[in-house]
Formats: sequence, C-alpha cells, structure tokens
Amino acid sequence: MTKILVDDVEVDVPPHYTLLQAAEAAGMEVPRFCFHERLSIAGNCRMCLVEVKGGPPKPQASCAMNVRDVRGGPDGSLPQIFTKTPMVKKAREGVMEFMLINHPLDCPICDQGGECDLQDQAMAYGKDASRYAEPKRAVEDKYIGPLVKTVMTRCIHCTRCVRFTTEVAGITELGLIGRGEDAEITTYLEKAMTSEMQGNVVDLCPVGALTSKPFAFNARPWELAKTESIDVMDAVGSAIRVDTRGREVMRIVARTNDAVNEEWISDKTRFIWDGLRSQRLDRPYVRVNGKLQPATWAEAFAAIAAKVKAAQPGKIGAIAGQLAGVEEMYALKALLASLGSANTDARYPGNPLNSKAGRGSYLFNATIAGIEEADSLIIIGANPRKEAAVLNSRIRKRYLKGKFPIALVGENANLSYPATYLGAGPESLAGYKPAGEKPMVIVGQGALNRADGAAVLAAAAKLALEIGAVKDGWNGFCVLHNEASLVGALDIGFTPGEGGLDTGAMIGGGVEVLFNLGADDIEIPAGSFVVYQGTHGDNGAHRADVILPGAAYTEKSATYVNTEGRVQQTVRAAFPPGEAKDDWAIIRALSDVLGKTLPFNSLGQLRAALYAEFPHLAALGTIKAGEAADVEALAKLGGVPDKAAFKNAVEAFHLTNPIARASKVMGECAAIASGAQAQAAE
Amino acid sequence: MLNDQDRIFTNLYGRQDPGLKAALMRGNWDGTKKLIEMGRDWIIDEMKASGLRGRGGAGFPTGMKWSFMPKVNDGRPHYLVINGDESEPGTCKDREILRHDPHLLIEGAMLACVAMGAHAAYIYIRGEFIAERIALQKAVDEAYEAKLIGKDNKHGYPFDFYVHHGAGAYICGEETALLESLEGKKGQPRLKPPFPANMGLYGCPTTVNNVESIAVAGTILRRGAGWFNGIGRPNNVGTKLFCVSGHVNTPCNVEEAMGLTFRELIDKHCGGIRGGWDNLKAVIPGGSSVPMVPAEQIIDAPMDFDTLRALRSGLGTAAVIVLDKQTDLVSAIARLAHFYKHESCGQCTPCREGTGWMARVMARMAEGRAQKKEIDMLLDVSTRIEGHTICALGDAAAWPIQGLIRHFRHEIEAKIDQYAANPHSDPVPVAAE
Repeated sequence: MTKILVDDVEVDVPPHYTLLQAAEAAGMEVPRFCFHERLSIAGNCRMCLVEVKGGPPKPQASCAMNVRDVRGGPDGSLPQIFTKTPMVKKAREGVMEFMLINHPLDCPICDQGGECDLQDQAMAYGKDASRYAEPKRAVEDKYIGPLVKTVMTRCIHCTRCVRFTTEVAGITELGLIGRGEDAEITTYLEKAMTSEMQGNVVDLCPVGALTSKPFAFNARPWELAKTESIDVMDAVGSAIRVDTRGREVMRIVARTNDAVNEEWISDKTRFIWDGLRSQRLDRPYVRVNGKLQPATWAEAFAAIAAKVKAAQPGKIGAIAGQLAGVEEMYALKALLASLGSANTDARYPGNPLNSKAGRGSYLFNATIAGIEEADSLIIIGANPRKEAAVLNSRIRKRYLKGKFPIALVGENANLSYPATYLGAGPESLAGYKPAGEKPMVIVGQGALNRADGAAVLAAAAKLALEIGAVKDGWNGFCVLHNEASLVGALDIGFTPGEGGLDTGAMIGGGVEVLFNLGADDIEIPAGSFVVYQGTHGDNGAHRADVILPGAAYTEKSATYVNTEGRVQQTVRAAFPPGEAKDDWAIIRALSDVLGKTLPFNSLGQLRAALYAEFPHLAALGTIKAGEAADVEALAKLGGVPDKAAFKNAVEAFHLTNPIARASKVMGECAAIASGAQAQAAE
Repeated sequence: MLNDQDRIFTNLYGRQDPGLKAALMRGNWDGTKKLIEMGRDWIIDEMKASGLRGRGGAGFPTGMKWSFMPKVNDGRPHYLVINGDESEPGTCKDREILRHDPHLLIEGAMLACVAMGAHAAYIYIRGEFIAERIALQKAVDEAYEAKLIGKDNKHGYPFDFYVHHGAGAYICGEETALLESLEGKKGQPRLKPPFPANMGLYGCPTTVNNVESIAVAGTILRRGAGWFNGIGRPNNVGTKLFCVSGHVNTPCNVEEAMGLTFRELIDKHCGGIRGGWDNLKAVIPGGSSVPMVPAEQIIDAPMDFDTLRALRSGLGTAAVIVLDKQTDLVSAIARLAHFYKHESCGQCTPCREGTGWMARVMARMAEGRAQKKEIDMLLDVSTRIEGHTICALGDAAAWPIQGLIRHFRHEIEAKIDQYAANPHSDPVPVAAE
C-alpha cells in the first residue's frame, strides 16, 4: 500500500492503482471517456488530466500513471496530485472544447441523449460556448451488423469499442483507420461483427456513435421504468436491468455483478426483447376437432380436469422447459404428487444429472469467478461461446493472462481463444494430463444429452479426479448448463420420483396426460393429451391440446439457479399480456379445479413452503457449494461410453428458446451467422 | 569555426566512396576492438564526459540515456533502436550520413550496444529514403562480410544490425511510435511511463537514439571525451551537422562547432543572406517544430541548445530555415500548420482536433479572412494543445504558431486589415451554436 495526497486528502492505496483510481478512493471525481476498468488503458481522450506535484510543468493523464510512479518530495513528504487546480480546469475545458468542435451536437435526435457521458461532462467541465467557427467534420456511417447502429460523426475516438472487441470479445473486426482528423472507427469491409458479445459496445460507447439499432428512436431513457432483474437466456444468470415504458419492455441493459457477468451481457440477453411482444399466448386455447380454439380459463381447466380424472395416476406426467422458474416447477411437482404421480422431469432424454447424486455432481463447481484461478482447462462436449457467451469471455480473460493451456474435446470450433483439439468423442479424453495445481474440467450438455450420458459423466468425473481437479480448496469439476431452469429443477428434485418415468419414457408413450411447462425443444409424439403452459406460440404450443398462457421472465418474480448454483430471482418489470397469468398461480388454480388444492394462496406462502423444504433457495445471490465427495461418487459409477462424437447442445446461438425464436432481431442475427458459416465453408 | 581535422563526417558530401575500403581509409573501424574491450562502464563514462547531447532534437545527454539501461540482464534481450525516420521539415542531415558515411553509423551502433548490453541494433529508416536504405544495406552487408559485425565477428562481441524501412509517416519519428511501427503495429505513440529503457521494443529494454548521435560515438571514443568536450561552449559542446535552407545564397549541410554564431554560419558556409543581412526577417533555427526567432535576436546569437532556448526557441535538429523579408510569414506558418494537421496520428484528442482547428484558422489568416480577436483565440487554443497530448507532436504543432504570434502579430493584423479594406462577398464566419 502506498500513501498519496489527493487534493490534501490522504489515501492509502495499492501501488499499482492508477492516479484516477486513487483520486476516486479519495472521493474526488475525475472525468474520463476512454478509461474503463475492464479494458486496457489507452490514455487518449486526455479528459482525466491531473496536476502532479514535482512533476513536469504539464498535466498528466491520471488513467495512465500509477501511484508508484509519482515521487514524494525530497523532504520525505507524500506524493501529491491535484484535481481542482487552475491547470487542471484549463486542461479539462480545453479537451472538452476539442471534443465538441467536431461533434455534431445533435443531442435532440441522438439516442444517447440523457445518458451520454459527453453531455454530462460537457455540463460539468465544459465551457458555455464554442469558439470554433470552421466547418465541422462529417464521417460516413458504417454498417457493422443488425445490432449496433452507428452515427460515426458523433465518435470521439476513445477506442473503447476497439479495445472491447479485441480484448473481451476476441474478434479483431473493429479498428481505427486513417490518422489525425480523418481517423475513423470501422469494420473496414463493413460486414457484421461476428461476436456474441458485440452489443456491449453500445453500453461502452460514451457518446451516441454506437447505439442499439433495434431500440433506435423508440424511447428516451428518462421515460423508462428501470427494473433490476436477471437473465434466463442461458444458465449464466447475468445481471440485467429491464427498462419498460408502460407494459412494454423497451430494452435490456447490463448490470454489474462481478461474480457472474462482470458488466457484460450477450447479444441474446440484450436484444431479445422484441421477442417478448410477438407470438405471445394471451388467452387459453383448447383443441376442438383437431383445431386449437380460444377458450376461457374455466373451459380450459374443465378440459384438463376431464382428462386427468379419466387417467390412472401413473399415466400423468410433467416436463419442464428451459425458462421455467423454481416456483412453478415446485407447484407442478406438488400437484403431481397430490395426484399420485412421480413422473416429473426437466432433463433431455439420456441426461444423467440427478438431484440424488448431490449438488457437486451437477454444478459448475469452480464458479465463474473461479475460472480466473484455474491454470488449465479441458472443455468436453461444449461450445461455451454459444452456450454461455459471458462465461466464455471469462475463459478468454483468463487465457489472456497467460499460462493457461486449453484443450477441447467434441466439435472443433472457434472459441475466441486457441484450444488444443484432442478429438471428437469420449475416447479422446484418454491420456490428458495437464500440468498445474488447479486444473478445470468443463462438461457440456452436449456430452450428456445422449444415451450413454451417464457413462460420459462418470468418465469426466474420473478424469477430473485423475488430473487433480478435485482437492482441498479447489473443485474444478464443472458441469456447464445452457438452460436457465435445469439447476433449479435438480435442486428441488424435479426429476422422476420413486418409480417415476423420465422424459424419454414420458414422451415415448408412458403417459396419457402430459403437463408441458414450457418445453419447446423436445418433440412430443402424438398420442398423449398435452397441456402446454408457456408464453409463446412455439413448438410446444403447436403440439398442445390445451394451452395455458403464462408469464415470461420479465413479467414475473421467479427463482432461477445458475450453472454455478447461485440462487437468483427475476423481478416483474411488466405484466403478462391479455389473460396470461403468473405460472405458479395457474397451477394453483388448476389444482383447485382438480380437487387437489395446493396449500398456498400467495407467492409468499409458496416460497415459505419452498424454503422450508430447500433452505438454500432462500439465500439469494449465494451458492451452496457442491461436495467433492459427489464427484468421487460419480467417478465410481463407471460405464463405457460409446465412441460417437459429441454434438454440442446449442447449434444456433440466437435461436435457443421460444422468445428468441419469436424475435425478429435474433432471426436476422441467426441468418447472418449461418450465412457467415456457409461462406467460410466455400 | 571548426578545423578540418576536427570533422567527424569526412565524407559528408559523398566526394569519396561510401564503401568499406574507403571508410577504413577515413579511419572508420580503427581500433574498435580495443574500445569494445575497454568495457561497458568505460564507454558510458566517456560518453558522459564528452558532453554529447542527443542530436534528434531534444538535446538529452546521450551518455546518461545509455546509462538508464538495466545494468543486470533479467533474461530479456536489450536493444538499440536508431531513429532514421528523419521527417522534420528542414532537416536533411541523417540522410547524408546514411548514404555517404554509413560505416560511422554501424560502428557507433556496435559501440553503443556494448554500452547498453545489447547485441542487436535496429534502424528505422524513413519511408521516402529508398536510395539511402539501399546504401546502408550495402554497407551493412560489407561489414558482415568483413566480419566486422555478425554473430562471430573479429571484435569478439556478437552484434547484429537490422535495417528496417518505414512507410513515410512523420509520427513514426516519435520514439515510441517508432517502436510500435517497428513491431508491425500502427505507428501511434505509447504512453510513458513505462519508458523504453524499461519496456521498449517487444517489451524489452530499449534505447532509441538519433542517427547522428550514434554515428559520432565511434570518433568520440577514439579521440577521447576531452577532444569533443573542448569544442564549442560549456554544456553545448562538440560538432553538429547544420542543415541550412531557405533564403541564403548557397543552402548547405555543414558540420560545424556548436555555438558558432548565426552570422558566422551563414557568411562562412552559405554565402550570406539573399539580398544581404538587412534583408533577413526571421529564422526557424531547429526544424519546423520550433518557434521562429526574429532577425535582430538571432543574428549574433550562438547556435546552441541553451542560447536558443533562452530565445524561446530551440536548436532542435539544427535545421536552420532562413526567411528573408520577401517571405509571407503567415502563409509559411499556415503551411506548417497544415503539415501537422496532416501528420497527427489521431490518437489523442487535443492534437487530433486541435491541429485541424489551427490549420483552418491559419489558412484563413493567410488570406486575411479573419478577425483580430481570433489571433488571441488561436494562441489560447495552441496552449491547450501544448503539453496536453501523449507525445510531443502536439507541442510541435503549437510552437510555430506561438512563435509567429509572439513576434509577428502585426503581420497577421496587417493582412486582416488589408482584407477588410477591400470589398468581399463572403462574410466573416460566426460560431454556429
């Protein structure tokens, strides 16, 4: 720790701190444009200039100078910097004036207006008028994809976007060409960027040069109600803020959560919101004469009750899809139990993950932040770039620190960092032996969603033990989930109970009445009577005999457990459309019609019962760690995996769930992504 | 006045062959082995004692710069990088060394490498210097062939010399931008600290020196620090290549003692001012980036770092640009402002935006199409660029304009008056708000 005086306030900060961070620690505000905590330092905006005592007679960029580089006085006095002297004031005013002379000042038609760093800092540190009387520079707008809109005349060349795409996203598609006044940010060939994280440049851009294309001219930031929630597009559980106007979700932006997403979110998380408006189920439907007809809630419930009462308890089942919250799964499981059925499952056929094997057997045990501690990594049957894009940039962050060999088994893909490709199938695991103290094994759902899933899981656990990934103080056995609901489902035992059927058996004709709680990615053959409860007119609804309209994740408060086992809750930001209701309430109402009234009348009562049974779900934001013994037990199960190559669980990043499939923006992105692949193959 | 026997660059004008054989006859590579055997500390001490100040413009003591290199090697190689990106308007001294006296440079590079524990020297040659690069490469090949340099040479000190050709950007003459360019990246200056002596080329300790600073090292060590130190004035010693251009009768490059007066320099070597001494208006004494000095202040001033600094200008690269009374100073500086606008790398705000602003205002002032209050505004804008940028290009862009306004404000005002006295259809612009 080093002591430094900032405007006569003494602070004690680590020597690697920049002067800017030291000033913040002392409570002084230092304006900045190019500096960003999670990106490399460029030092080019010159807004953060401060005066350094004893230094050269000119101001210094506080973002680029470390505290240890400032010397104290010869008499042993502390090093000192100033943030409010006339020199600093002049420097800030000067830089601000330079920023603005070629800025179009089109704030009234700029989407950044109201949340623009340039606006705010011009108010705080600028002067009232410009002295610039020459013609302003104009820059042509660039096409860089369907997500990010460019108005390049507004660009102040801070290069945050360039640094983000090269460092965090791992694509070298954005850069600064030309020099001097003519320097421009561009993708050069004006092709769409190929990163799953590109939307973050919208948040990073301090001005209105890069804004959200789908959000363009839709709303002003001060009109929006802001609700802090979490994302369910993948199993990472990124922290998001849902901005609504009236009942419409207008946009989704990232929040900071250092343990999970730092401050990045994937494009699917950010741009999904137009999917919340289209293809919505806003009233119940009942299939009459082979056609789905609009119905009232009472009619729908009556149709279900007739079928349920006619069926044997063992012939009733329930499956849950990827967007289901813990509360509704808990209610559904309780309903089935009261009907006398143990047929509940949330897994794909063949998937061996099981609540009974303990949390350690299905969690991302090392945690997402733990990736940064690991010193080697093997990825088995997963493409984290598509299955958990934000988690993938954590891996890339670790990779950039160096000394982090990465091996890949399964489909060979560009993960945004180099990986040694070992082979396509389970047999490629043999002989893998990394050096280092903290190896990490990531097992994807692609390796598990197959007939020999149990043997693959056992083999992966065995490998983890052999290479020393499970030891005191380190559990590097990590199951990577790609569906937001599955960990929660496993936590509450939404898996076949005593004598119950699993997903494969249920859709294979094992049940007569099937409750489908938003499972759209699995094909249900004809035969059974399917009750679909969900939000969108997607695959599940097409197959349904009765449709019960539910609420999407922005429209309800529901608990989700992310891949590392972190319990988080969404918050209602808007109301479900039409007659759609909260999912737990639908199940509660149905139970009444079926004569098996569930013992809770409110979400609070449901949660009280849930927390009594599963106390760890009450501790929001925390992880109840899995046991190392669970991994050891898994390894003992043994079994011989067959030699078939692993197939990743996610093929098209942009189309993994019904909301995404209803989104035009995601559709456009998916078309571009697949087109890019087709082109590369030529 | 420098005696002929004290000249270091004896083939400055290319009247002899630049090749190795002729170079040996001129005394290059004489006793180099002995100098190398004197060791690292001796070379640095000798260079410090010689009082040589860097010839690239800033005048930082060369011996001290060499001593900043880490004494103990931490496993990273050390590098010497020679700055041959001579792009400053008015300067043309390194070019003559590269094409006529290349062996002095190669020998000096080897000695400098010994002084800093380096085994490789890179030279970054300006993009436009194609013939010079070929000439230098030829000399390097000769030296390799004669086993003067190379992994296994007759001096017993492994040393490699690499010639690298730039692409013609002025900014790549800034030492850290040069390193970026040499590494194959875009030539944009780096933030300092860390300084190159710590983290330079490829992240290794590096010293960047001007061609002339390196080329004189061999002769200084051979003839002794005392000899070099005895020429010139205190703290401004030795010989220096002056590049005199502009309104003199015979513009030339000449090696002279530091501290001879401007009058001596011009009368002796350049055949006097065009139209006589009374016709002298101003002098830009150190390349385009230093402020001009009016005639009466410079005529009898010694040409050295400290005197010119006291005149609020600088010796820079000793590229003396002479301007006589027929010169339109405002237009001349407007052209320089345009040059700096064109060569700004665009990395940091004040320089990127400010050079364009200044160039536009200067272009108007050159026509007289301006208001007098804009003169003070221009001066204020230049002070907001100067000292606020990552590298010194911002300063270099500001200084010529400051020099003009400081000494010749009346010329700008006269132009404005003249313009305003005549009818024009286009109004003077007003800030759009």
